[in-house]
Amino acid sequence: MGGGGDDPLTIQREIERLQSEKTHIENRIALLQSRLAETVAREEERVSTTSSSPQSNGLSPESIYRYSRHLLLPSFGVDGQLNLLKSSILVVGAGGLGSPVAMYLAACGVGCLGIVDNDIVELNNLHRQIIHTEVYIGQPKVKSAAAACRAINSSVRVVEHEESLRAVNALDIVSKYDIVVDATDNVPSRYMISDCCVLLGKPLVSGAALGLEGQLTVYNYNGGPCYRCLFPTPPPTTACQRCSDSGVLGVVPGVIGCLQALEAIKIASVIGEPLSGRMLLFDALLSRVRIVKLRGRSLQCKACGEDSIFTHQLFQNFDYEDFTQFSLSDASRMNLSLLPETARVSSKDYKEKLENDEPHVLVDVRPAHHFKITALPKSMNIPLSTLGVELPTISSALSKLEESSGSPASLYVICRRGNDSQRAVEYLRNNGFTSVWDIIGGLESWAAEVDSNFPIY
Amino acid sequence: MTDETQVIDANGEAITTQEPTIRSKAEEPPVEVKVVFFARARDLTGLTDTSLKVPSGSTASDCLSKLFSEFPSLEEIRRSMILALNEEYVPETTVVKHKDELAIIPPISGG
Ligand SMILES: [Zn+2]
Repeated sequence: MGGGGDDPLTIQREIERLQSEKTHIENRIALLQSRLAETVAREEERVSTTSSSPQSNGLSPESIYRYSRHLLLPSFGVDGQLNLLKSSILVVGAGGLGSPVAMYLAACGVGCLGIVDNDIVELNNLHRQIIHTEVYIGQPKVKSAAAACRAINSSVRVVEHEESLRAVNALDIVSKYDIVVDATDNVPSRYMISDCCVLLGKPLVSGAALGLEGQLTVYNYNGGPCYRCLFPTPPPTTACQRCSDSGVLGVVPGVIGCLQALEAIKIASVIGEPLSGRMLLFDALLSRVRIVKLRGRSLQCKACGEDSIFTHQLFQNFDYEDFTQFSLSDASRMNLSLLPETARVSSKDYKEKLENDEPHVLVDVRPAHHFKITALPKSMNIPLSTLGVELPTISSALSKLEESSGSPASLYVICRRGNDSQRAVEYLRNNGFTSVWDIIGGLESWAAEVDSNFPIY
Repeated sequence: MTDETQVIDANGEAITTQEPTIRSKAEEPPVEVKVVFFARARDLTGLTDTSLKVPSGSTASDCLSKLFSEFPSLEEIRRSMILALNEEYVPETTVVKHKDELAIIPPISGG
């Protein structure tokens, strides 16, 4: 630049020359840009016309690639996958059963996956509720499960229902879905979900697991029976055990949950024979799977029978907890109150008596395998079930102590949560023991109020 | 994976043992029925299975009566269980045959 010297005229000329050159270059750029745009558009059109002509099946190239192993299955194929992509499935419960159900349903490409649960992820869930990870401890299970599902398959619409499914909201929620998966852990919910599915005409894939056993069946499908057809009378409370009381081997709900996902997929994709009118019984201990043929629909069934008068209104007002005598809140399961206050002490009171060296015997009435998990020092394990035959053992322990200490010894009874200890104290008082007290709230209260390092389970 | 074939086995055996017994009822030997327990029924009996000897011509209901008198604790689940004979639902009036298998299946509710 400026090579032409400092003569203003020469500079002026040079500027004009460069400006004209610039205009020429700009025109050229504009021309090339429009040519490029045209070519790209033509190319896109070409690509889309070539790929959409064999792709009238409605699957995008990404879907074809993602679900290719499904598409390769002759009995499943494009039709099965398309049905699946159009389906919406509600999973009730994001626990041991719901974990594999939700993960497989997300992975396999259902159109819409709803998850309903009101619980929080806890450390003692993780051995079986494999959808949750440590970072989600303390957070809602629904949030954790939905995030896991979205991470597996971002093309699935995952709907979070962060609430308990109850008679009051069930019709609203369930009506938005084609298929319901019962992955709950309690009897009142099972009756409620079955009734709701009968009212709304939805197939219900029901699974259950406890200990080393699992059960699986499909209710209310193609004229098959509903839960009430099979179990018109709810079992007594003593027969309704929970994983939190009875334990469960982590993989057992996993197996049943996988089978629930399978049944839901079969129904959604319209392949095979869903497990309706049959129940699969899984026995992990003996490595056996049996399939039992069930009764058909009961004409007398209160929900789906011929003369059923069950309406939406009746359903919403039905008290399932009262019907099954089973409370859904943990809090109300705690407060059995068999004994007068004078027969009970708090865990803090007991701690004081320990510190004062009060001569006493502490009987722990939990089952032996609970006692092995953790126990208070110097406690004596006499499970409630054997209390009747062990009365002499307690008597002799008390008299031995009275001999050595020279003063009367008292008897304290403890259990896990403070219910069985009350039953034991009542029994002991009726059998001649006078100085006997129940420790309120059991070991859980000891851990909460006295010793935060005491293990809870 | 399933044991469905066992139904056929059990039935087959039952049929062959029944064939020659066209005698009067009094002469017929008692029939032996295998009872299998599931879930809560296992806890209550402490067993996975047991065997019952009942008079020939007994029904599933007769078997249950005998079972409940042997294991009174089973009363707890009496009104809430599935009864299956040779892995199939049957009315309680069904007559049991020698070597039949009766399953006591209370519902599980855990998850
Ligand atoms: Zn029904």
